[in-house]
Amino acid sequence: MGKRRVAIVGTGQTLHRSHRPDVNGQELIHEAVRLALADAGLTIADIDAVVIGNMDHFEGINAVDCWSVDGTGGTLKPVIKLTTGGTTGSTLAIGGVHLVASGMFDRVLIVGWEKNSESDTTGAITTAFDPVWDRLVFAGAISGLAAEAQAYMARYGATDRDAARVAVRDRRHACNNPHAQLRKPITIEDVLASPMLADPIHLLDVCPRTDGACAVIMACEGVAEKLTPVPDWIWATANRHTYTYLGDVNWGELDSMNEAARELFAKAGIREPRKEIDVIEMYQPYSFAGIIWIEDMGLVERGKGAEYIWSGATDMGGELPINPSGGVIACNPIGATGLIRCAEAALQIMGKAEARQVPDAKVAVSTGFGGCMWTDMLLHGRKKPDF
Amino acid sequence: MQNDPLVIESGDVSQPFRYAVGSYGSVFLKELKENRRFLGVRCPKCHKVFVPPRRVCGECLVEMTDFVDVGPLGRIGTFTILRYAFIDPETGEQKPVPYGYGFIRLDGADTLFQHYIDIQDESRIRIGARVEPVFADQRKASIRDVLYFRVIDETSDA
Repeated sequence: MGKRRVAIVGTGQTLHRSHRPDVNGQELIHEAVRLALADAGLTIADIDAVVIGNMDHFEGINAVDCWSVDGTGGTLKPVIKLTTGGTTGSTLAIGGVHLVASGMFDRVLIVGWEKNSESDTTGAITTAFDPVWDRLVFAGAISGLAAEAQAYMARYGATDRDAARVAVRDRRHACNNPHAQLRKPITIEDVLASPMLADPIHLLDVCPRTDGACAVIMACEGVAEKLTPVPDWIWATANRHTYTYLGDVNWGELDSMNEAARELFAKAGIREPRKEIDVIEMYQPYSFAGIIWIEDMGLVERGKGAEYIWSGATDMGGELPINPSGGVIACNPIGATGLIRCAEAALQIMGKAEARQVPDAKVAVSTGFGGCMWTDMLLHGRKKPDF
Repeated sequence: MQNDPLVIESGDVSQPFRYAVGSYGSVFLKELKENRRFLGVRCPKCHKVFVPPRRVCGECLVEMTDFVDVGPLGRIGTFTILRYAFIDPETGEQKPVPYGYGFIRLDGADTLFQHYIDIQDESRIRIGARVEPVFADQRKASIRDVLYFRVIDETSDA
């Protein structure tokens, strides 16, 4: 970390829907920016720099930093674009932390957005992979996730029923979240009866396509406490990339999350994550990840993920609620998704999460997943960091 | 406001991207075409064998020069069967769903080689199953010189 402490002081999320033909990209971005500024009690004149990103190639428009200034308020300000695939939103958050922690800027506006209704998601994701070696059989995000799930199931005997339990949890949680796109509970039978997309992944195991944007405002120590009585202090960030070609992946485990979690918890002095963390907003694009990645995060032993999920420990009211917002399975505007996890964790720490609030949340973790099985993580706390 | 959409067409054009496969990739594809032979490359430091061959071991960040034969037989490392229809952006045509998507551990390799898996009998597709490549008659120095891998023994003891 840099020398300065950094906190989130405001967040804003748009109305998320499968289609938002009522707004163009700039207008969608502006919805989130306006709400975040109001939440922080700031005007655009107070913002020193803007960090923005989405999935390049998705809407057929690149260079979002150039054409979105009307929506971001970035006119004649420093505007920096970050785009790292699925991790874009969480990378934006980490980039914002770095800019403030370094002393470069005091108040930074961070914006992630996507209009998935205007994109060919599978086609665009394909362009992230090697044209000679990867693309022949590649089939977008679901193909890799299915390969991960198969490998995990073969190793530990987990079933699609175990995974369905995760989808049921997140969809139930989403009913508490006015920002979620899918707000209807589902049953395990619903998941198992939904069409098989790529064995063993059913339609209801995966995230939807969403139009939406999220904005987060970060400020340095000294400014943050003046803006809000309970800032969300960022204790640590971690980021890991693992490989070049898809065939290099250690399928069945998420090595990048394993390493990132180890670093994140070490930086914050967390030894028993299950006891010391109050809530997790996980970028979990499909239900099987809800079992596999909590093992990679070190919450439970290898092979024990399903048992922990079935115990109810990750439900609202359980030992460690995961995805009180309903997570990615209920809402997925891809370039915003990682930043929404960060914003939702901030809302939990600030006590602003309303019907989805985990009582007295003091320590939260938000994650980002994407690129090529990459992981971003942030650790949020109510207490000011002691470093 | 429910109006007809504005349609912007790019017409019947091609997008002629040219990618360099690199000298190691070229050797691999040439051997595949001429000798139906799979080549990997071994890291002098960690001794891992990589397929496709590349010049640098990313983990050790050292140059690799030691080519080794791998395959042609292997085992399924992991797999899925793609069942949802989508357009292949490489060709503009629909992918031939359902199709088997396999990560094959070629004998002697440490990384996995992606390809189609024949799914005529889905019950034989499992992790650890023994597979062999089926080659195209007319080979053009491309990954497609292998049509697909097929299961020759589904017992999964590796």
